[in-house]
Amino acid sequence: MTSPTQTHLGAPQDVAPVLDVRGLSVTFTTESGTVSAVDNVDLTLAPGEIVGIVGESGCGKSVTAMSLAGLLPRSARVSGSARLQGTELIGAPESVLRAARGQSIAYIFQEPMSSLNPVLTVGRQVGEVLQVHEGLSRKQARARAVELLTLVGIPSPLQRVDNYPHQLSGGMRQRVMIAMAVACGPTVLVADEPTTALDVTVQAGILDVLRELRDRLGTSILFITHDLGVIADVADRVVVMYAGRVVERAPVDELFAHPQHHYTAGLLVATPTPGRHAGTDRLQEIPGLVPVLSTQPDACTFAERCSAADAQCLGSAPALSSDHDVVALRPDHLVACWYPCGNPSAQHQGGRA
Amino acid sequence: MKPDTDVALEEVALELEDLVMHFGSVRAVDGVSLSIRKGQVTALVGESGSGKSTVGRCIVRLLEPTAGVVRIGGVDVTHLSRRQMRRHGKEVSIVFQDPAGSLDPRMLVGDVVGEPLRLQAGRISRRDREERINEELGRVGLRAEVARRYPHELSGGQRQRVSIARALISSPSLLIADEPTSALDVSVQASVLNLLADLQRDIGFACLFITHDLSAVEYLADDVAVMYLGQLVEKGSRERVFARPAHPYTQALLAAAPVADPPRQRARKAVLLGDDLPSALDPPSGCRFHTRCPLAFDRCTAEVPQLLGIGDGDAACHLVGPDGAGPDVRQTNSAGSLR
Repeated sequence: MTSPTQTHLGAPQDVAPVLDVRGLSVTFTTESGTVSAVDNVDLTLAPGEIVGIVGESGCGKSVTAMSLAGLLPRSARVSGSARLQGTELIGAPESVLRAARGQSIAYIFQEPMSSLNPVLTVGRQVGEVLQVHEGLSRKQARARAVELLTLVGIPSPLQRVDNYPHQLSGGMRQRVMIAMAVACGPTVLVADEPTTALDVTVQAGILDVLRELRDRLGTSILFITHDLGVIADVADRVVVMYAGRVVERAPVDELFAHPQHHYTAGLLVATPTPGRHAGTDRLQEIPGLVPVLSTQPDACTFAERCSAADAQCLGSAPALSSDHDVVALRPDHLVACWYPCGNPSAQHQGGRA
Repeated sequence: MKPDTDVALEEVALELEDLVMHFGSVRAVDGVSLSIRKGQVTALVGESGSGKSTVGRCIVRLLEPTAGVVRIGGVDVTHLSRRQMRRHGKEVSIVFQDPAGSLDPRMLVGDVVGEPLRLQAGRISRRDREERINEELGRVGLRAEVARRYPHELSGGQRQRVSIARALISSPSLLIADEPTSALDVSVQASVLNLLADLQRDIGFACLFITHDLSAVEYLADDVAVMYLGQLVEKGSRERVFARPAHPYTQALLAAAPVADPPRQRARKAVLLGDDLPSALDPPSGCRFHTRCPLAFDRCTAEVPQLLGIGDGDAACHLVGPDGAGPDVRQTNSAGSLR
């Protein structure tokens, strides 16, 4: 059922993106000072494209996604630009955001049980979106809810529509969340670690549903995960984030075949992969910890953990670019590093010598 | 379901004989037999709800099994009282998934790590204890100053190192590791897995590594046991289980875990099992996996398959022969066309 949809996509540069994020920065004011969570992030999402944002906890991937529809708490200060089909979302009045949420941009989160209302039936919750946004009657909304449950692959939807969330398995609940999210046919679906709380056998089904939605409805998906295996499965293009910055951006095959940032390369070798570790008895590690930054320094934020770092890395921040002396990169492969990994044979020296 | 008799008794670090744990009418563990030889690592793999953690908790006697026998180093500990268990307690330790939830937030790290020593018979001096704590912290890659910090001051990876230090300070012969790296980030997970592998090789304790993630155990485990709805469906050496998984469920688990290699990942045929792990309140008749198995046929609904030898290890499936040969769900259509 894994459809090889890779062929018809791959960031068509000539098509206008549905989502265009430029220079997005987010800082939080906390009791112990400010925290810089996202720094100057650029990101585009083409129609029908699945872009994966990958990074470890605290790298700013969720904050980036939440800032788009104004879902961050008041303590967040967001700057920059995020245009969704031409409409500016950053700093937009609440009325604009309200109209956009659900209709143009919808979200699914990691834990469906905490996002669903336990005392309402599944049908009421899916239908509520349609009653609010599309003005359907309760009866019409229910009928449409049954259709949506069918769309996301819930068996016997006519019975399930009257179930309460606790009567469903984790995978079913996540399917209900997806049904709610796509109820109004959003242009952009933001999936924030949608399969992290699920078993791998269930995860495969959810990934298939999301891929099918893209294929059938042309929904663009921003897929956030820490799992490189999931990225390899669903994404057309990948954005790697580290400590609030985009450190690498490339089509999925290119990124996994020729990772250029030492963090990306380190993550790849640190990920257990069946078959690859036969005969070895250690995983490669990335030494050190993801820093928590109060301000974004003019330096590479990965330098402290990087084996290739020198004075230049500590003294100035590298820009995200495909133009490097060390290595000839495709124009759609961008990396923010003074010393990219370069040719494939040298790439695994990154992270840890 | 008889215990492995080919292993000499003194060689065995852990032996489970027909272990059963029912919570009221929930049959969480329903007849698990397993043995781990001294210094060996066995991975116990399964989805959430398979009962794998319950097995771990029965072994360390956080739960009293409904039936069956747990032997640690040849001693039956199944029904020992708390007081009696304390004497054997130093033979077995457990590391949990979430270090934030398993470390007392009001205790200093040094006291957390040293607590098992206080509970042991025979007092040791304060200085000796501190020495042991520092030694243990050093062994898990933490500086001695960490002893005077509180758990909340540490990162997730550091906290899990503290849990490991606490588990190993009493020099157990058996370590139960219950998803020790599942809550950690990829880069941190690698370092904790490496630490466990290094310590296991250096100290030589036996280990039951409980996990849902098959890929995490490939380079760590000697043997793999796969659990489904309270029962084992397959056992065998790591090499054999990864290269030639016999049971359809093991095959499906291997096929479902995405690999970080896009062309390989796209080329793989997904085996869709459907979402629902059946309820352990009322497990399916016959083979418990038949409701999700793409290869199930009439016999599977009627007759319980026994866990039988297949050369290297055992499998419980009507379609698997005594030589381990059988169909592979990864080669067939998920619609179950193969009969």
